[in-house]
Amino acid sequence: MKVELNVNGARASVEVEPRTTLVDCLRDNLGLTGTHTGCEHGICGACTVLLDGEPVRSCLMLAVQADGFAITTIEAVAPAPGELSIVQDAFCETHGLQCGFCTPGMILTAEALLRRIPNPTRADIVSAISANICRCTGYGQIVEAIALAAKRMAGSNVPRETAPGEPA
Amino acid sequence: MKPAPFEYVRPTSINEACAALATDESVIIAGGQTLIPMLAMRLARPAVLIDIARIPGLAGIREEADAVVIGATTRQVEAERSTTVARGVPLLARALPFVGHAPTRNRGTLGGSVANADPAAEIPLVLVTLGGSVVVRDAAQTHEIAAQNFVLGPMMTALASGALVIALRFPVWDGGRIGVGFHEISTRASDFAFAAAAAQVVLDAAGRCTRCAIGVGAATPRPVRLDAVASKLVGSTLAETHIQAAVADAVDALDIMVDSHASADYRRRAAKALATRALTDARDAARGAPA
Repeated sequence: MKVELNVNGARASVEVEPRTTLVDCLRDNLGLTGTHTGCEHGICGACTVLLDGEPVRSCLMLAVQADGFAITTIEAVAPAPGELSIVQDAFCETHGLQCGFCTPGMILTAEALLRRIPNPTRADIVSAISANICRCTGYGQIVEAIALAAKRMAGSNVPRETAPGEPA
Repeated sequence: MKPAPFEYVRPTSINEACAALATDESVIIAGGQTLIPMLAMRLARPAVLIDIARIPGLAGIREEADAVVIGATTRQVEAERSTTVARGVPLLARALPFVGHAPTRNRGTLGGSVANADPAAEIPLVLVTLGGSVVVRDAAQTHEIAAQNFVLGPMMTALASGALVIALRFPVWDGGRIGVGFHEISTRASDFAFAAAAAQVVLDAAGRCTRCAIGVGAATPRPVRLDAVASKLVGSTLAETHIQAAVADAVDALDIMVDSHASADYRRRAAKALATRALTDARDAARGAPA
């Protein structure tokens, strides 16, 4: 089946079988391998992408269901090639990642959380990332990273109305 | 972990969806948050997937005189953030954060949760507890099935083959001070519950209970409304010992499930404790609520 997708602000026309999940389509058809394939049944959160700005599991969605949505993957989070977003930078600084497998999902979950709740409590952060499994960090530094990013965003003079991947 | 091949159709109306359902081995997909894992694990191997998510009129939250009617394909996140739901069906608003986790609530639908009829599912428990109903389209006829007659057992409903859930009707309570309580226990937050309880009460100006609904789920093969508890508690001031005794009698009479995670004894004890907590929470909230 032919599907028209909107990924990271660009239109993409792909030919997929109906059974192709969105994560497989992003990785195999569009070469966007930053979205990781973990459990493939909705438990681990490694494949998290943003759909109209909200985190969803791209393994729990078929590519043929995804037309008409603005899909954002980890590739669109950094403001420019070679740079990091505030959230990505905070993850590096607080050692919020070790093997990195869960990181794209964690970053996108955090980006969506901070856009909806700019000053999250620890409980808000824990609740948001409770859907993403990390087997290295023990989550402590990830929570720290998101809190640090929130603090930096609050002090930043960059307008925050636009979603990652959209032109400012 | 890849699904077996299937055909995908996206009907544009309820009638078209029902016509597509008439063919063998077709299955409805809305949010897909339960179905897609089942496809991936090949526990389900339908020939045709009928995507109803974009059928006009199937999504949305509508206020009627005595009910809030929620379209089958309304996403759980929309109900969670809805002021209409918060005002009219506070018990649903309280329970929704327990449904899966945020990313699955962003795609999962209310109709899908009820049609799937997982014993641990929170939305059918709330619908049964409040005495709500399921609006069904069957062979061009629309009719309503009381929620407690709709959910028959684990993953089993009264939905006829070829029929489609089109909406859920949640009764709205008015008059008096309303309070709600919802509790569940599981191995970790957002996992499938071992036991769950939902309660909604109304108190009059003197603090006496004028109306009470209490239901338990997850421990039982399907959500159960404990009407015997409600009738014992109406007229009382909802003293904790009174609640405990009424709940214990009712839960002792229930058929409780067993699996490798929790014994029947444990689930029964948990159901009693959670139902008591849900009721005392509801009572305390009602005491503080505006008349």
